[in-house]
Amino acid sequence: MSEGNNERVYGPQYKLIGKNYATADLLAKVTGRSKYAEDFRAEGMLFCKLLLSPLPHARVKRIDAREALAMPGVRAILTADGLPAPADTLTDNGTVIKASKWGERGLTMEPVYQGEPILAVAAVDELTAAEAIEKIHIDFEPLPFVVDPLDTLRPGGPNPRTDGNIWARPAGATAPSVTELKWTDADFEEANRGRLPMGKTPDEWSYGDVEAGFRNAALVLDETFVTPDTSHQTLEPRSAMAYWQNGKVYLHSGAQSTAQTRPAIARWLNIDPEKVVFISEYTGGGFGSKITGGVTMIIPALLAKKANAPVMMRISREEETFIGRARPGFQGRMKVGFSKEGRILAVDMFVISDNGPYDGQGDAPTSGRMVSLLYQPQAMRWRGVTVLTNTPPRSAQSAPGGMQGISIIEPIVAKAARKLGLDQVAIRYINCPEGKAPYGPLVNGQMQHATSAFLKEALQRGAEKFNWTARVARSPKRIGSKVRGVGVSLSCYVGGTIGFDGLLVITPDGRVRFQSGIGNLGTESVIDVHRAGAEALGVSWEKCEVIWGDTSKNFPFTCVSGGSQTTHAMTRAAHAAAMDARQKLQEIAAKSLGGRSEDYTVANERVFRKGSAGMTLAQAAQRAIELGGKYDGHEAPNDVHKLTRASVAALAGQGLLGVAKDKYPRDGMTHSYVASFAEIEVDVETGKYYIVDFLAYADVGTVIHPRALGGQVLGRSTLGIGHAIGQKWVFDPHYGVMVSKRFHHSKPPTILDVPVNMQWEALDIPDPETPVGARGIGEPPVGGGCASVLNALSDALGDEIFRRAPVNADTILTSLEAGRPMQHPLMAHI
Amino acid sequence: MSDNSNLRILGDTPKAVSRRRFIQGVIGGGATVCSAGYLFRGSTVHGVGGTGERLISLNVNGQVRRADVMKQETLAWTLRYKLGLTGTKLGCDRAECGACTVLIDDVPHYSCSVLTHTVRGRKVLTIEGLANEDGSLHPVQQGVIDEQGFQCAFCMSGLIMATVGFLKTNPNPTRSEMAHGISGNLCRCQDYDKILTAMMRGAENMRSNHV
Repeated sequence: MSEGNNERVYGPQYKLIGKNYATADLLAKVTGRSKYAEDFRAEGMLFCKLLLSPLPHARVKRIDAREALAMPGVRAILTADGLPAPADTLTDNGTVIKASKWGERGLTMEPVYQGEPILAVAAVDELTAAEAIEKIHIDFEPLPFVVDPLDTLRPGGPNPRTDGNIWARPAGATAPSVTELKWTDADFEEANRGRLPMGKTPDEWSYGDVEAGFRNAALVLDETFVTPDTSHQTLEPRSAMAYWQNGKVYLHSGAQSTAQTRPAIARWLNIDPEKVVFISEYTGGGFGSKITGGVTMIIPALLAKKANAPVMMRISREEETFIGRARPGFQGRMKVGFSKEGRILAVDMFVISDNGPYDGQGDAPTSGRMVSLLYQPQAMRWRGVTVLTNTPPRSAQSAPGGMQGISIIEPIVAKAARKLGLDQVAIRYINCPEGKAPYGPLVNGQMQHATSAFLKEALQRGAEKFNWTARVARSPKRIGSKVRGVGVSLSCYVGGTIGFDGLLVITPDGRVRFQSGIGNLGTESVIDVHRAGAEALGVSWEKCEVIWGDTSKNFPFTCVSGGSQTTHAMTRAAHAAAMDARQKLQEIAAKSLGGRSEDYTVANERVFRKGSAGMTLAQAAQRAIELGGKYDGHEAPNDVHKLTRASVAALAGQGLLGVAKDKYPRDGMTHSYVASFAEIEVDVETGKYYIVDFLAYADVGTVIHPRALGGQVLGRSTLGIGHAIGQKWVFDPHYGVMVSKRFHHSKPPTILDVPVNMQWEALDIPDPETPVGARGIGEPPVGGGCASVLNALSDALGDEIFRRAPVNADTILTSLEAGRPMQHPLMAHI
Repeated sequence: MSDNSNLRILGDTPKAVSRRRFIQGVIGGGATVCSAGYLFRGSTVHGVGGTGERLISLNVNGQVRRADVMKQETLAWTLRYKLGLTGTKLGCDRAECGACTVLIDDVPHYSCSVLTHTVRGRKVLTIEGLANEDGSLHPVQQGVIDEQGFQCAFCMSGLIMATVGFLKTNPNPTRSEMAHGISGNLCRCQDYDKILTAMMRGAENMRSNHV
């Protein structure tokens, strides 16, 4: 709260927060007027097509493009040689991060996965471009490749990149690098027994006395579990269109941030961010795959420069599978010690993360943190290795690492409850995080802690709403060939960051314009977060307008919409900007009407003294322009980001500017939580199963927009469910090529895969460490969606049917017949 | 061309593994590597391939529209790139996702898998033609507004068209019947529950509009 202002702007009498409304982007969407990247046209627009590597790892010895270049209609060809040198990154605190020599550049002469783009051709139309691609002859030198992480860890195993097979941070180094790690034959002895070998790892942490925990345990379980790699499969492929005008590049593409994609493009093109205009009004799904778009979007930009014409790069579904990102699959092993009451005394967690060939992903270390927070083990050790493979590049996917960690531990907790004779809800209740819950690893010798956790309440209320006890007691479980099973899972993820800027303009017509640099993915946070600003200013929503989707429209420094940051980070920033505007309104009123600024109140779209005269917002905005300085943006606060400062300068004189950095204190790291419940029915004669009922009960702090929240809670749950019921990658290990390239090979859940009435609920208890009380929700439901279904399956079928996800009909049938898991216990991509 | 200076252009040699030969090998091994079939010829082509265009008349959104159309051109391409109706989306181009669903004589079709010349003399309705001329929304569109249906909305026009078509055969469906009726459309945001609620609201709007 700003100084000298103790008015309560938030409370039970919210006018906007927690209320449903129709977002401003809906009308364009519903009438087909909303424009996604591929919907833009430009005069003289060319099309480009990519030539993708047919080999999983190779060196391009030579390219013969003579025939292609001689074709009528072919305008330009771009190879890796035509890419700008990778630029270093200058961080906000002035540190230079050198460009990684292992980084992805968009085109390459050493493809490290099948489907990696080698070159691109621009032509007058798409078929000409494709025909030109077919006329290009390339001489490849095949190189050793790896599609299963374990194959490269074996003694003498091939390396996926010429200089190594894992990401590790050498002692004293600031950045991780690609190095080589091989395990011993003795390590691999375990694999012969169907258990994950646990050789040395570059990363490890622990707290508490893990061995003592196992010694004191009434039950110790040690399980190997494999989770699937899953493509993000955004329905909108990463198509992009670009042209140059007056030395600036105009780039249209989907992205999970408008504000932060601009500097990313500038870095990839190695040009000044001032020379980049990024337009992204509507993005057809991201899920972590389009955080700042993707590096391939520079291909049409560079071709447009070469050909001196706009270039559209349409990406096909199959191309999207190759270049469109995916979640790293885990080969994991976990030993868990339980007291006879079910309390987790010790966890020993070991994970191999299948990273693909490029940037090291944080899934492996994150999985350890999430398990530590979610089940509060008294002692824990985590070990992990991020292994490179010649498979399509990975990126964060909704709940990166959290989803995999939860999917590995949850079936173990479910099994323990059965062995100890405990109720599944009860065993989770006693391990549940609460309040400022601690978690590992230790930082400077201290456990980290959450801002708050009310998951116990969500679990309890969820169990009541789901009629848990009655469902468990129902018998018989089997009628004919149909067996019912119920499952519950805890789930959590990071739910917010801090320190971004808010920016709004009160215009002389008495309206409020929020400048929103958030990407528009359909979660509606691009608009919703500004309801917190409008609430704090006391203006009706009809007087508000949100500007988004084009970096030339002057946005503040904004978080990317990944990692469930936005609702938390940007409601704080919107609140800070609104409080700045309130302060300015009071000062302007005092200057104009006399008295002290603190005597004035802002309410009902006016600033006034009790029982005395006041001004309308319109009058105050006009007065702000006359006063100039900080009031109308001719001066900006010193502590806001340089991006914000530039936007303030551009908006100066348009009205009263509210601009501020989020400096609200926060004790702990923000997380959100979900308790997930599923009931399934399996036909043991066909192996087919259905989810009969599903409930996700969320602890996400204050609810901002109920319908949008419900979409996220159930939508992200269903993304998790996809990992349980069928989605995975399949590779041909002989050629190292992908088999599961299209939707029907790894189909996302359809409307018939989920119950016809899914249920969700939110506690609506404010997080105490943020002024608006709201936390993010994109990631937290994912692990619970997957694990509640897995647990319902083991409830129905027993603990000896599967040791990996997804669980398909053939998994069930063959395993039921044999009485034990019949799929290969360790192999990836089967 | 001035733009080939940075290409390493060398003569062909018999030892070179051409991409095409590799593809043939891989196809033999059970996998393919390219994505032909997603590709389109524009109207500006200069005599490559010999695929002639023909001027035909189409009935789209109640208007007669004339377009130069290739014999292998899909309706999705004609709508998006010849008639400027970009509300119809391409999510897969292989009849897997339904984002391109339009009505042809009131029946939902994947327009990525319909050849344009086959719809001559038939009525094509796209998302752009759904609202009334005065701008008031179709009851199903209104249902989406009422319920904040959909997230990213890339699947939205296809799902709305599928719903409008389904409601012509079953104006008063149960929630389960509606789910089956629109199950040919994928939503990767997996916002199915909210979509279903919005579509049921749309059905309700339609019925009350007709009272």
